[in-house]
Amino acid sequence: MAVSSIGSNAGSAARRRNWVALSISLLLASLALAVGPARAEDATPPQTTAPAAAAPAAPSQGAESKSDPVSSSDASQKKLTFSVLYVKQNRTKDLPLSMLDLPAKDDGIAGAKLAIEDNNTTGRFLNQTFKLDVLNGDVDELIKGATEKVAAGDSFIIADLEPDALLKFADALAGKPAVIFNVGSPDTRLREEDCRANVLHIAPSHAMLADALAQYLVWKKWPNWLLVYGPRPEDKLLADSYRHAAKKFGGKIVEEREFKEPTGSRRADGGFEQVQQQIPTFMQGAKDHDVVLVADAGNLFADYFPYRTWIPRPVAGSAGLVASSWHPALELWGGTQFQHRFKRLNSRNMRPIDYDAWVATRVVGEAATRKQTSDFKVLSSFIHSPGFEVAAFKGVATSFRSWNGQLRQPIIVGTPKLLVSVSPQQGFLHQSSVLDTLGIDKPETKCKAYTQ
Amino acid sequence: MPRLSLFRSALISAAAISLTASSADAFTAYVTNEKDNTVSVIDTEKLEVIKTAKVGQRPRGIVMSNDGKWIIICTSDDNDVKVYDAKTLEYVKTLPSGPDPELLVLHPDGNRLYIANEDDNLVTVVDIHTGQVITEIPVGVEPEGMGMSPDGKVIVNTSETTNMAHFIDTTEHKTFDNVLVDSRPRVAIFNAAQTQLWVSSEVGGTVTVINPADRKIIGKIHFEIPGITREAIQPVGIRITKDDKIAFVALGPANRVAVIDTTTFKVLKYILVGQRVWQMYFTPDNKLLFTTNGASNDVTAIDVANQKAIKSIKVGRYPWGVVVSPN
Repeated sequence: MAVSSIGSNAGSAARRRNWVALSISLLLASLALAVGPARAEDATPPQTTAPAAAAPAAPSQGAESKSDPVSSSDASQKKLTFSVLYVKQNRTKDLPLSMLDLPAKDDGIAGAKLAIEDNNTTGRFLNQTFKLDVLNGDVDELIKGATEKVAAGDSFIIADLEPDALLKFADALAGKPAVIFNVGSPDTRLREEDCRANVLHIAPSHAMLADALAQYLVWKKWPNWLLVYGPRPEDKLLADSYRHAAKKFGGKIVEEREFKEPTGSRRADGGFEQVQQQIPTFMQGAKDHDVVLVADAGNLFADYFPYRTWIPRPVAGSAGLVASSWHPALELWGGTQFQHRFKRLNSRNMRPIDYDAWVATRVVGEAATRKQTSDFKVLSSFIHSPGFEVAAFKGVATSFRSWNGQLRQPIIVGTPKLLVSVSPQQGFLHQSSVLDTLGIDKPETKCKAYTQ
Repeated sequence: MPRLSLFRSALISAAAISLTASSADAFTAYVTNEKDNTVSVIDTEKLEVIKTAKVGQRPRGIVMSNDGKWIIICTSDDNDVKVYDAKTLEYVKTLPSGPDPELLVLHPDGNRLYIANEDDNLVTVVDIHTGQVITEIPVGVEPEGMGMSPDGKVIVNTSETTNMAHFIDTTEHKTFDNVLVDSRPRVAIFNAAQTQLWVSSEVGGTVTVINPADRKIIGKIHFEIPGITREAIQPVGIRITKDDKIAFVALGPANRVAVIDTTTFKVLKYILVGQRVWQMYFTPDNKLLFTTNGASNDVTAIDVANQKAIKSIKVGRYPWGVVVSPN
């Protein structure tokens, strides 16, 4: 959609050239942050020893500090710099219903920033520095900007684009020394029939998310589902994922209903009076079911369903019990410290896309740490190798599927405030990795770019 | 021949009896219960909980003062370290630490306490008697494991996201070397002879053995357990016997402790304990090893000589750390 409108407006390209190239050199600033202001924010109890704490024997601020924590032998290592490019498509999307779901301006980028800091903390022991460049724009502007950046040596690109735009972007960079990490599109087809050899998918696919939820519902012995899906193509694709998951794990979709009502603006004074009537009426007379599964890819109506159904049934899918790559209240596996670091840096909660961008940037950092080279070929082939793993606060290592470039990872199943469970669920077995019970497995993949 | 083996087994069981008998030197084990905000006190002879005491919030890492008078606990959600009387379990004082302290180790001088601040990429050094922060040492992302060399000259800290073992000189309090290990290193420990430093990698699923003299990796231990997925094998706690011959490695959700020959680095056997086994501690005579099994709320006592689990003891919820009194 974005692509066609841009084409017709080509003449006004100059006016629309509003992409911002924001180079964030966090390297040295991060050192100061790590020991300086960050501490001040912490709710540490009053200490009689504050003066001592404030005068560490360690590096404090600024450029001079960089050699302090490092041994002399490390300092002799050749200095390497790694640039990560974040491309974010300008979109005119309908806003999600809840004020709590409104995306922040730095949605996603904030996660990459934190990973740059983390990579730099590690990098100071290896004489490596990491920096982040951000491009905003429509897809053609992003292609132009990214092509220039790749020519200048940015080899790792985090992409937050809509599905068709992502394909156009990936094709424009095909053959160039660049790896694209998809954080913006969960569409399964991007990993399957439309997969591209230069794209790795950090964001879990709709298939993975649907499977994660389905496994939990089946484990809970709530196997009968009423499927409600929205009118938009992406809602229908998401509904397909739920149908696929039902078949895969023994759930049963007892009935399907399309929710065609126009959703309108996300708020109006009042509004609830009509919704309170509308949803029960819509849900009237359905076959008995255990759970209402709502497929609403844009979060435009699903949140109307909990507590408004005709018969009292829990809601899952796009509202109620939701599957995602991250939860802002996750504290397992050392997650607490990770959440704190994110909040200190960005003054808000970490959302799934922030997490995905963090993982993408850590993939680059992990490869740089292990290989200690900036040679693109070495790094890229290591990242694509079966032995590549990155720890990402999921209790087990995450890694890429060799057949479609999707990151395999545990998926959080949670309510808005707390996680309920983590899939894969116990009892769902797999011959090589239980993580591959989530999403499209090797024998069923339609992706050819990776097998060739 | 049969008579001989009978005789031999009689001897062995006699030895076993005498072993049990001599463990009548009763020690006291202290277990932090992360979810309950308590410490369970275990009599190591009776293998029973004899007392449960309320402590600060989210108690995790625990050590004893060298004279055995204090237990010192990271109370992570209080963002400090609290000291309790080992006999009475009465609160003595609070020591400063950076936010979210997790593991700590005491210098052989009995004074300097080294604390890993997971939230701050720092190791904080505190004088336990004056309560003053001596210094802070910047390390990698999410510092955790703390291994003190027996001569007190070197402390090794592991950073969970940086994936390194940082070697720190305890005189200068400066990092002098950093060794890359597998993902999410949790625990570092020296052997008594200081010829080996063992580091467990929880997500990597391995243990790396480093020569502290030149920081070269001299061994990498992998684990394979039939019927257990590779992902469930997550090495955390490590303990090495006083004679440096055998190492025990707790394997987290694999619910087992691996027994390893420290010369060949071969796994000799796996001992089934409770669920999600993390930290461990020997009795001073090395006859028993206690393991904390977080997900099953118990502590397993392992007979070290026979390499067998002998009893699981119910404690509080999510037992995390354990220490045994020196006397």
